[in-house]
Amino acid sequence: MQSSFGSSVENPVIEQETRAAEEIDLPWQVIVHNDPVNLMSYVTMVFQKVFGLPKEKAEKHMLEVHQLGRSILWSGMRERAELYVQQLHGYLLLATLERTN
Amino acid sequence: MEFRRQNECLEISELDPFLAELLRQIPESCNVEGVEAAQQRIFSGPAPASEKEICAEWKVYVEPELRRLFRSATETVEADLQQLNGCTKPFANCTLRIPTENAQAWLNALNQARLAIAAKYNFTDGELCDHYRSPIGSRRDLGLFQVNFYGFLQEFILQDLEL
Repeated sequence: MQSSFGSSVENPVIEQETRAAEEIDLPWQVIVHNDPVNLMSYVTMVFQKVFGLPKEKAEKHMLEVHQLGRSILWSGMRERAELYVQQLHGYLLLATLERTN
Repeated sequence: MEFRRQNECLEISELDPFLAELLRQIPESCNVEGVEAAQQRIFSGPAPASEKEICAEWKVYVEPELRRLFRSATETVEADLQQLNGCTKPFANCTLRIPTENAQAWLNALNQARLAIAAKYNFTDGELCDHYRSPIGSRRDLGLFQVNFYGFLQEFILQDLEL
């Protein structure tokens, strides 16, 4: 095959696809589960504090937890997901980290 | 009972002896030793049981930290509750002042107590939502009243923090 520039590539170099460790370790989710005892206003406050969410978004997640039984609050690297789960447990919320399917 | 912000404190005044006694019981209610259901709720797992490595590491490294955090919150509340011992007259109403810097510790301890009591008595969703329940007739009824009263206090503190 000849290119439009009139030269051919004899030995094409195929670069290996590389991914950063962060990308490889991506599929983790921080999930908060429903709990009939924790107050809705308390859960909203915790989401604001831990994830830095604006109140409207924190309330949206809180309602998702309340109505659907769980909400995915964050996804990314395992190490950070563990840290978020630890913070949520510090506020006594039912939270888990789970692999993304 | 009245709530108001007084300078750098949240003031609960006109506390009758019964409610004051319930407040005194917060630290004791947070103690989950020997109550399996309460322990399981307060120290719930960080991941599905199939993630054995994560769960095992959590037990070793994170749980002790959480225990320290919860104990610290309870001790802060316990220290603030010493004010109630100043009520020398029997059956007299008293006042409790919670420094705003201790508000997060109070929220945490009240939550520990509510979760521990609810787990201990295995309250149903229906019971927890029934705010018009008949008068207290058993230890279980008192537990439900405590859960609701502590929740009421949490709401008051949260509202104040938002101002």
